[in-house]
Amino acid sequence: MPSVRIPTPLRKLTAEKDEVSVSAANVGELIETLESQFPGIKNRLCDESGNLRRFINLYVNNEDIRFLNGKETSLKEEDVVSIIPAIAGGL
Amino acid sequence: MSFVKGLKCKECGEEYPKEPLHVCETCFGPLEAAYNYDEIKKVLTRDEIEKRERSIWRYKELLPVDAAPAVGRSVGYTPLIKADNLARTLGVKEIYVKNDGVCYPTLSFKDRVVSVALSKAKEFGFRTAACASTGNLANAVAALSIEGGLESFIFIPYNLEQAKIIGTTIYGANLIGVKGAYDDVNRLCSEVAGKYGWGFVNINLRPYYSEGSKSLAFEMMEQLGWRAPKHVVVPMASGSLLTKVWKAIKEFEMLGIVPENGTSIYGAQATGCSPITTALKNKWEIFKPVKPDTIAKSLAIGTPADGFYAMNVMKESGGWGEDASDPEIIAGIKLLAETEGIFTETAGGVTMAVTKKLIEQGAIPKNETIVMCITGNGLKTQEAIADSVAQPHIIEAHLEDFEELYSKIKNQEEKGGTQDAVSSHTHTA
Repeated sequence: MPSVRIPTPLRKLTAEKDEVSVSAANVGELIETLESQFPGIKNRLCDESGNLRRFINLYVNNEDIRFLNGKETSLKEEDVVSIIPAIAGGL
Repeated sequence: MSFVKGLKCKECGEEYPKEPLHVCETCFGPLEAAYNYDEIKKVLTRDEIEKRERSIWRYKELLPVDAAPAVGRSVGYTPLIKADNLARTLGVKEIYVKNDGVCYPTLSFKDRVVSVALSKAKEFGFRTAACASTGNLANAVAALSIEGGLESFIFIPYNLEQAKIIGTTIYGANLIGVKGAYDDVNRLCSEVAGKYGWGFVNINLRPYYSEGSKSLAFEMMEQLGWRAPKHVVVPMASGSLLTKVWKAIKEFEMLGIVPENGTSIYGAQATGCSPITTALKNKWEIFKPVKPDTIAKSLAIGTPADGFYAMNVMKESGGWGEDASDPEIIAGIKLLAETEGIFTETAGGVTMAVTKKLIEQGAIPKNETIVMCITGNGLKTQEAIADSVAQPHIIEAHLEDFEELYSKIKNQEEKGGTQDAVSSHTHTA
């Protein structure tokens, strides 16, 4: 199963787990499955229309899904998905 | 009294109290200071501003500080230069240089933002100031922490220019060189900020800090004779300064301090780190993070936090963005020095080069007021241009040696103009 790295601000929802395994064929499915296991997490990742929030980055094996296939990006067994809130900084 | 209502998420609009917070808990969007403009309108007028001291605090109602400012009391009010020689060279009617290369006390516009951030840090009761920096911010935090009686911890990429390192440690700051680029330093700092109870000017104090940038544009409008320019060119690293220049113009217009003038805002990046202009030119809604490779280290941020908002401002205001290569940056630094006697750092070279490009492309018309925001001093980035400037003529202490050299210089000037004489200096030694 693909594994998902959970950032600190979202660990309240995952009982403090920093990595969870989720069975899903693509990123969209992965978000739905995460929501069924950890209710409330979808609202943190996506806006009302279901689009990924602007300041949330999802990486599949270190590649931003915005430069892959978005939520249609397919997942393989050994893939690692990282959820990374954008870091504000610099001027 | 305070004119700041609180903080508000720029993305989802959720409101927060005035605390050291910078990210929305719900959607991770950036927080921004929200003002009570109706109350400000009653007190802030041109006459009132003109009576006050020449510092950023003459616009204090529009800065997010509640108590009397404790840090940076003399910061700001840098010159706005009408650059007639440069105008002739570029073939434009009217161009100005807002020269923050002589900002007090550390010669960059960061003195403005840090004054606001550390004044707020004192209000919050922080004892330690910290930042992630590409250099100018490091200098400003280190120096202004002295005025605020704060200890400072400063994180920089380890390969920064020597002048920026010395200009930090001289004040007794704790300086940490991190093996990596600015984006790595920033990532580390967001972890440090979560763990230590410090005031990180560009992390948990960011909503206050970034507002300080507006003072540059307030001054620019006042110095133009209470009007907004038609065109402003601003350098971009994270894109924050550009968004704040726009915000300042909109605030002055809304408060009736200047008439609306349909100002267009243009962003300048180095080609070796141009995620914002690249996205703009390709009509992308998102940014491809880059590994910076440019001499303009103060603009080398590969993941621009305010890039999305900066891009919106450029589009909405009818402006545009461009980027400049390293040789163009050096040519830009020289152009500003040789026409106006202003020695700017590499970021200023970017702004100069991009301004020239945008005028040549026709993106900026030649017959309307242009302002260039020059944000730092050339003495800090001398390594970047050391090989591109002339060396002295070395002679014996004899009058005849000088006379021989003098006639040689004059001959070369007649043959090929001063430029050739300058480039051949090294051979005359």
